Amino acid sequence: MDRLLSGPPLTAGAESYGAHQQRFGLLPAAAARSLIGRLEASNLAGRGGAGFPVGRKWRAVAERANRKGVVLANGAEGEPLSLKDRTIMAARPHLVIDGAVLAADAVGADDIIFYVGAEHQAAEAAMRYALTERSADLRGRARLIQAPRGYVAGEESAAVHFVNAGDARPTITPPRPFERGVGGRPTLVQNVESLAAAALVARGDDAGTSLATLSGAVRRTGVMEIGLDATLAEVAASGGGLVRPVQAVLLGGYFGGWVDIKDVWALPLAPGSLRARGHAFGCGVLYFLAEETCGVEATARIIGYLASQSARQCGPCLFGLGAIDAACRRLAARSAQPDDLKRIARWSGQLAGRGACKHPDGATGLLRSALGVFADDYAAHQRGFCVHRAPAVGRPVAMAQAVA
Amino acid sequence: MSDTILWYATRGAGVVTLILLSGVVVLGIVSSMRWQTPAWPRFLTTGFHRNLALTTLAFLALHIVTAVVDPFTALGWNAALIPFSSSYRRFWLGLGVVAVYLLLAIAITSLLRPLFGYQAWRAVHWLAYAMWPVAVIHGIGTGTDTRFLWMWAIEAVCIGGVVAAAAWRWGRASPTAWREVRVNG
Amino acid sequence: MREQLQVDRIRCDGHGLCAELLPEVIALDDWGYPIVKAGTIAPALLEHARQAVAACPVLALTLAQRLEG
Repeated sequence: MDRLLSGPPLTAGAESYGAHQQRFGLLPAAAARSLIGRLEASNLAGRGGAGFPVGRKWRAVAERANRKGVVLANGAEGEPLSLKDRTIMAARPHLVIDGAVLAADAVGADDIIFYVGAEHQAAEAAMRYALTERSADLRGRARLIQAPRGYVAGEESAAVHFVNAGDARPTITPPRPFERGVGGRPTLVQNVESLAAAALVARGDDAGTSLATLSGAVRRTGVMEIGLDATLAEVAASGGGLVRPVQAVLLGGYFGGWVDIKDVWALPLAPGSLRARGHAFGCGVLYFLAEETCGVEATARIIGYLASQSARQCGPCLFGLGAIDAACRRLAARSAQPDDLKRIARWSGQLAGRGACKHPDGATGLLRSALGVFADDYAAHQRGFCVHRAPAVGRPVAMAQAVA
Repeated sequence: MSDTILWYATRGAGVVTLILLSGVVVLGIVSSMRWQTPAWPRFLTTGFHRNLALTTLAFLALHIVTAVVDPFTALGWNAALIPFSSSYRRFWLGLGVVAVYLLLAIAITSLLRPLFGYQAWRAVHWLAYAMWPVAVIHGIGTGTDTRFLWMWAIEAVCIGGVVAAAAWRWGRASPTAWREVRVNG
Repeated sequence: MREQLQVDRIRCDGHGLCAELLPEVIALDDWGYPIVKAGTIAPALLEHARQAVAACPVLALTLAQRLEG
């Protein structure tokens, strides 16, 4: 059974078209017609972070496209802790392109856009070259657009807005991109890993794996392909094991949340089992927080980053996250004002759903998880002391690149 | 006898229009400054701004109609509709016609705002800062009561009020600056 | 008649007239931006809701038929 990253080692660089065709054979173009049904039956979940069912999204676009739809392959990957999208684009560009072409045929699109983060140089180079390798069968239908840096640039309405008007800020929805997107046409915005997984489904695979990015107190950091029902313990073991005792895991990235290690160690990382406990796999980020590291400080750094990444269009996000950021900083520095902890608890319940996009929802979701998992630490910091020996080292972002 | 009534009506309606229009402009400025107290919520300012503006239009209509139909003034409808076409005080009267058109544009875009959209409405509304001085100068130039002290007093209050409100608006920091402060507790 | 208030969050500049005219449904957060109670508008409040929509200086408030899903 083929997997997303099977084939040559990742360090070998991009797999050529020839090698790709040797492994997979020609693109089963006829499979496009029945693909939506198969995706719906397989319950394949989107890999961009929201986990929205892939088949349902394709169906919604197909119903409106009238052969004038657009496919936007989202490789912006603005989430700092995630490396998987740039990795799969850099190493398996043709699997991603297969998925995009199948999507275009299945939903009825005549325009394919690969939206690649400008800072992912290896990924962009690989995708560009791969597109030239396939220029014959793409027939000018595809183009590559560099996504600007920034956390929200990968949000689906922001991506569409950038292609339409050069402005990578989210817009008011409705209408969502599947109704009116690039050039006013129904647009399928799909994560590049989701497209690659769809390309496997088209060839009869069950796409039973997912890409995760490991970081923090684990021996081998970087991208790893995991089975959908692997437990966190199994994943950590595949990553060489933990290098020191761990207290919590950041599950799903800055948009996800902290989970106490005891609550998730033996839990299968499948969407169903996670959702039952109120967690989500998100974009597959697994950051292991060592016991000796202070969760209050780590969270303050993340919140600081998220606050700085606000598109600054909506008052609650701009001012609310700004105030939360200031209070979290004071708490982390153990110089909190008397009401800071109470205030961030109140504010973190007030911002969700009050922005044009889900950025404030994600940030406050992360904060609420922190207030739960690190409750004792927050109480200590409010009173001016910290029980942890080591401050959080740098931002939880410093990691080795998986692909040169 | 009826001629005199029309003549007084024109002048009186003109003065009332000037007072109301100045009040409307002041209320508009106060509205943009987001001024309020516990006893005076903002919808009162915006509500008065709107209602007073409509009242202004009524008195303006009276001012124009009585001026045109009055046989003493010898103004035809052309003079009221085409700027700078009257033989009587051509320039000063013409300014009045210009001011009316500007005011009509503002009023119509405001009454039909959902139709025009916010950007268009706002762009046209800025013309108020051109419309009001033109109307005031029209009044001083065509007015036949400018030799009276009470008229000068009215002019002073109206002009002084608008100038004071404008100075307050452009002298102050942005009315939303308090939000930045609130961020840092 | 099942109508719901919607705020255009980008256009909204926290003027707050909506909260003055419909305090039963709209409250303001610490920075003057509206927090709208979920759910449809009670029939007795519909006229006030329409006035609140008309009063918004930037046309950020709209009254729409309840959306499904």
